[in-house]
Amino acid sequence: MPLAVWPSLIKRLYAASLTSVDSPPFLFEFAMSNPASSVAPALELSGIHKAFTGVKALTDVGLRLFPGEVHTLMGQNGAGKSTLIKVLTGVYRPDSGSMLLHGRAIAPSSTQQAQDLGISTVYQEVNLCPNLSVAENIFIGRYPRKWRGAGPIDWQRMQRQAQQLLARLDLHIDVQQPLLVYPLAVQQMVAISRALSVSARVLILDEPTSSLDEAEVQLLFKVLRNLRDEGMAILFVTHFLEQTYAISDRITVLRNGVREGEYAASALSRLELVNKMVGAPANQEAAVSTALQGEQMPAGELFLQARGLGRKGALLPQDFDVHSGEVFGLCGLLGSGRTETARLLFGADKADSGTISIRGKLQRLNNPRDAIRAGIGFCSEDRKKEGAILELSVRDNIILALQARSGLLHVIPRKRQQQIAADYIKWLGIKTPDMETPIGSLSGGNQQKALLGRWLATAPAMLILDEPTRGIDVRAKQEIMDYVVSLCRQGLAILFISSEISEVLRCSDRMLVLRDRQSSGQYRRGELDETSVLQVIAGEAA
Amino acid sequence: MNSKLFIGQDDHAPAPRWQQLLRHPLLRPLAALAVLLLIDLLLIPGFFRIEFKNGHLYGSVIDIVNRAAPLMLAALGMTLVIATRGIDISVGAVVAIAGTVAAMLIGGTVVMHNGVPEYASNMPMGWALAAALGVALLCGLWNGLLVAGLGLQPIIATLILMVAGRGLAQLLTDGQIITVYYQPFFFIGGGYLLGLPFSLFIVAAMFVLLAVLMRKTALGLFIQAVGINPVAARLAGIRTAALILFVYIFCGLCAGMAGLMISSNIKSADANNAGLLLELDAILAVTLGGTSLAGGKFSLVGSVIGALIIQALTYTIYSLGVPPEVNMVVKSVVVFLVCLSQSAEFRRLFQSITQR
Repeated sequence: MPLAVWPSLIKRLYAASLTSVDSPPFLFEFAMSNPASSVAPALELSGIHKAFTGVKALTDVGLRLFPGEVHTLMGQNGAGKSTLIKVLTGVYRPDSGSMLLHGRAIAPSSTQQAQDLGISTVYQEVNLCPNLSVAENIFIGRYPRKWRGAGPIDWQRMQRQAQQLLARLDLHIDVQQPLLVYPLAVQQMVAISRALSVSARVLILDEPTSSLDEAEVQLLFKVLRNLRDEGMAILFVTHFLEQTYAISDRITVLRNGVREGEYAASALSRLELVNKMVGAPANQEAAVSTALQGEQMPAGELFLQARGLGRKGALLPQDFDVHSGEVFGLCGLLGSGRTETARLLFGADKADSGTISIRGKLQRLNNPRDAIRAGIGFCSEDRKKEGAILELSVRDNIILALQARSGLLHVIPRKRQQQIAADYIKWLGIKTPDMETPIGSLSGGNQQKALLGRWLATAPAMLILDEPTRGIDVRAKQEIMDYVVSLCRQGLAILFISSEISEVLRCSDRMLVLRDRQSSGQYRRGELDETSVLQVIAGEAA
Repeated sequence: MNSKLFIGQDDHAPAPRWQQLLRHPLLRPLAALAVLLLIDLLLIPGFFRIEFKNGHLYGSVIDIVNRAAPLMLAALGMTLVIATRGIDISVGAVVAIAGTVAAMLIGGTVVMHNGVPEYASNMPMGWALAAALGVALLCGLWNGLLVAGLGLQPIIATLILMVAGRGLAQLLTDGQIITVYYQPFFFIGGGYLLGLPFSLFIVAAMFVLLAVLMRKTALGLFIQAVGINPVAARLAGIRTAALILFVYIFCGLCAGMAGLMISSNIKSADANNAGLLLELDAILAVTLGGTSLAGGKFSLVGSVIGALIIQALTYTIYSLGVPPEVNMVVKSVVVFLVCLSQSAEFRRLFQSITQR
């Protein structure tokens, strides 16, 4: 079994490379310029399956990563990107499938093992110690020592090596300074050079650009191009379209845990890419209520008016209106500013520009309480972190927002609480043994229904639904959307956000399309179809 | 989600009544207390004998309950703090400050008036007590502002007062023990009402106050929600910051009352030793009572039982004539065993060994 031999072999090679520090470890063996034809992939995954308690996260996924390329992994929320990365880095064991590193089967069972094999990862949040020096950060846990590794730490050698590693990234900084004096982009580079110093042959960058500004991104890309030209195999995960095209040689698209395809970046138009990510037009499986389809609701009275509403790093100033009795859709890719808009309207984040008027009156929404008082409800996209209080009962969860609004001292009588909970359990068809069961033991769809109940119990005038149907089964999806639509008929304003673009298209009376944190335009029902909406999202407006 | 807050909530299929009883969260602390009392019954002659002497009840059990009173108070305050995922390690320091302030303001002398001894305090006792509690409340406010306002980690935020508070008390007293000569003050920690220690009535009053707050307001629900998931609680419209501020103020107040009790009981204020390490006993009492340090679900009754366990244990150790040097070790072993019995991980391990 070569599997067991392999890590120790790598370690030996690595040890050998350390003794001759001045030349970078055996990277150049793989330096090739054109990966596509005869070269063997550096990393090849095939038939990867991974399921979590019955939910399929990855189904028969393959990935080929060649030396000397930047390969971008794209996909919507929940497409399986992060699961795939975690399989690659040994955080998860795949249920089945094979992973070949330079033709040899590997099965890393920890990130440490993956790193020993030569697969290094740089995460979204820089994973370093800000108070240690740059050099220490690069060599943490593996400080070079004097006397053939038996003596005290060889600080001078460490600094020299750190400088050399950073010089490779064209970064000339004082490695004795603590890391925190440098901007985030430089910290990111330090993380990369640390990844490189462990003789990485495959470098995975998990959304490294999400907190960088434009100039910093360019700096990072320059480094990535250098590394690519040296023969490194780089897997890049991002959700920014522009950046994908700026850096990628090839693109693998995942959707719903399945590989949609592998494409040369030059041969895939933005429109096609968006298309692959969100799925072919008319995705039947995601069917939601068609009750509203093709029918222009008469616009109710103006409920909410946002003017110049924006927040630095989240949303560029926007104008839009939401009327009672209409579904107002927010459409765009992940990171386009959909959720950020919702959070501003709910007071979860503070806007730093613009105004919000409700029923014609200027309102300050500084916190969720203000928004709730103004008649707004918010079903967050992150049910576990921002919605359900898992250990509390279904009843407590349902009455929570109503109780918070009536205040600490005006406790809702137990009988009334039971009445409210029973009503919503019945109306929304929540499947639970009884109302005192902790909500955490319910299925995702039933939790979501209970949270919907929490907001409906406050009798809101506007309900923000951020991905209300994510991660729940088709039936529950349908039930939730049907219920929402019927409420909308009775005059409730709904702000609807979903990654399923066809769902937004079908449900919305009007919609705002967002791209890269700004508006790509507002449209009425019927003005966009499945194809043209993707053009607007991709920024190739017809 | 993985960590069950209360042992015994593992599944929710209807179970027979005796099984439900077995899973009751208070079962373990009650069992621990029962075992302790059983040992006392067997090994200490006359442990449960209660006499009526000098107009009040007298006996080991009464003694334990009386001495546990300050700890019970501190544990009640600590329970709410821990339920919000916090911790307050300044309790002992607040005890010292409150005791010092009260002792300094009361001081007192004995004046012979027409041959009858009369007690005079420096300041009316009511004002002095109010001032002491006010200072304790300010201490709690300080902790709360650091945690809720500045977002400091609770253990660090309260560490500041833990160090500074005792220092402040020592500054006030010049490091000396201040003796109180005002008889009415001794009633708080050493007096008897209806034959029972007066301190018990204070604890009972605080407990009833809390129980009423939990039933008649949404405080319990909000504290649990904030403790389990602060982000979701805020998004549901709960004033998380105000709530956290409140629990620290309340905890400070409880510590202040405990401080009055302790200094009344020893008829002096000892800034160096009063309430020393009381915070750790309080945290222990809360944990023994079944409230998880991870926050969320909590049990006030459990904390009171926890405090009784600790005091009963101390009493037992002393009564059995265990040398004082060994005292701490014995105590820690017992506490370790009780904690072990509450660990889900250990029970799994235990089951896998016994089922082999």
